[in-house]
Amino acid sequence: MSEIKTHISLKSQGNDFSEPTYQLQLLQSAGLTTFQDSLDRSGLFPFKPTKLEILQINLGKMCNQVCKHCHVDAGPDRKEIMTRETMLECLEAAKNSDCHTIDLTGGAPEMNPDFRWFVEELSSLGKKIIVRCNLTIIVANQKYHDLPEFYKKHNIELVSSLPYYSAGKTDAQRGEGVFAKSIEAMKMLNAVGYGVEGSGLIINLVYNPSGAFLPPDQTALERDFKSRLSRQYGLLFNNLFAITNLPVSRFLNYLVASDNYHDYMEKLVNAYNPVAAANAMCRNTLSVGWDGFLYDCDFNQMLELKLASDRQHIRNFNEEAISNRNIVISQHCYGCTAGSGSSCGGTTV
Amino acid sequence: METYYDPKDLKKFGKITEFQKELGEKYFEYYGAVFEEGALTKREKALIALAVAHTVQCPYCIDAYTQDSMEQGCDEEQMMEAVHVAAAIRGGASLVHGVQMMNKYKDLSM
Ligand code: SF4
Ligand code: SF4
Repeated sequence: MSEIKTHISLKSQGNDFSEPTYQLQLLQSAGLTTFQDSLDRSGLFPFKPTKLEILQINLGKMCNQVCKHCHVDAGPDRKEIMTRETMLECLEAAKNSDCHTIDLTGGAPEMNPDFRWFVEELSSLGKKIIVRCNLTIIVANQKYHDLPEFYKKHNIELVSSLPYYSAGKTDAQRGEGVFAKSIEAMKMLNAVGYGVEGSGLIINLVYNPSGAFLPPDQTALERDFKSRLSRQYGLLFNNLFAITNLPVSRFLNYLVASDNYHDYMEKLVNAYNPVAAANAMCRNTLSVGWDGFLYDCDFNQMLELKLASDRQHIRNFNEEAISNRNIVISQHCYGCTAGSGSSCGGTTV
Repeated sequence: METYYDPKDLKKFGKITEFQKELGEKYFEYYGAVFEEGALTKREKALIALAVAHTVQCPYCIDAYTQDSMEQGCDEEQMMEAVHVAAAIRGGASLVHGVQMMNKYKDLSM
């Protein structure tokens, strides 16, 4: 396997896999059944949204980690972050939308200097707020140590990646020392009530495979995670989401470099499940990029596949106008429809 | 280089029904049922299969149940422990026959 640099983003390396057109060409040239044909056979093409329930806002590509599978190609060297002006446009859109949830992601969304201000403004809308917190940010710098209290104050629901209940697999994917820091951060979150029964403060963990294989059954894995994390570290959490790695950006680069690309794609295509397709997250979620452009999901955002609508920016947001669009699809979509399905909220079947 | 084993052949396993449909189908139906969640979890069954694969030293099975164990959420430590279980039983099975040898030795000795 050719060596993959893991300390800087693909973009800074000038790597081809940071280019959306290069990735899309590769995905389309694998000679496998097209995702469009699979949808068509399930009576789902053209792929239409159902009802907008979740507005997922990406606050930027800056992150304190450089995980090997990251579809955002995030890292400390990425400077693209959302401005307060775009946040104001998001607030306006959220106010005018019936969506019940605002989902904040990144990078590490907390590294955006306007993060706390934005959360406070969003709080007044009475919608559920999710923050995708990578855990280690809490202990990365003293200025983040009070994040657990901040989350608690605004009743934020946390979704945090922890690919395994031991250091080996976690660090192999997310970086040296990440497991120990994640455990430390989880202890701080448990201490303010996150994951504690009756507190109403929710922290859900995300498992994703640390390599070219599919995730296990979510319920069985949640059982294992709960018993291991509580037995060994005294940690609590609410639910475990088992998600599939999509062949985008760094994970796609890994697949090709490790010679697993073809087998992995074939595995995804063979595991296509029409029920998972019907429940794909792009049908009830809208994704906003750091620069305010709209996408059907965070993966399409990274592949620069903009919304198929004349309303392509959050400042022109109109729920009615975009409700009849066709969802933009390509071969990476098979990652959402394999087996029990995969979404930002775990399995979909 | 041509060898008796080709990793691609694993994907052709299902095709054994081409030469004998009825028995092949019965076998796969049974196989599928065995690996369903039951009194043992799928994960436990994957680890047993991995250990047995090493006992019978079948490269196809090692390939398949390494992947399956990973897809059932096992890590390398757990998987290697399963292989050690196979090795311990296999080694033990040889060694325990040492008792037979000792018996015979004693029978023949003054
Ligand atoms: S996966 Fe998350 S934590 Fe890791 S580099 Fe990407 S954005 Fe950061
Ligand atoms: S990748 Fe995006 S557009 Fe494709 S199925 Fe998944 S959520 Fe939908």
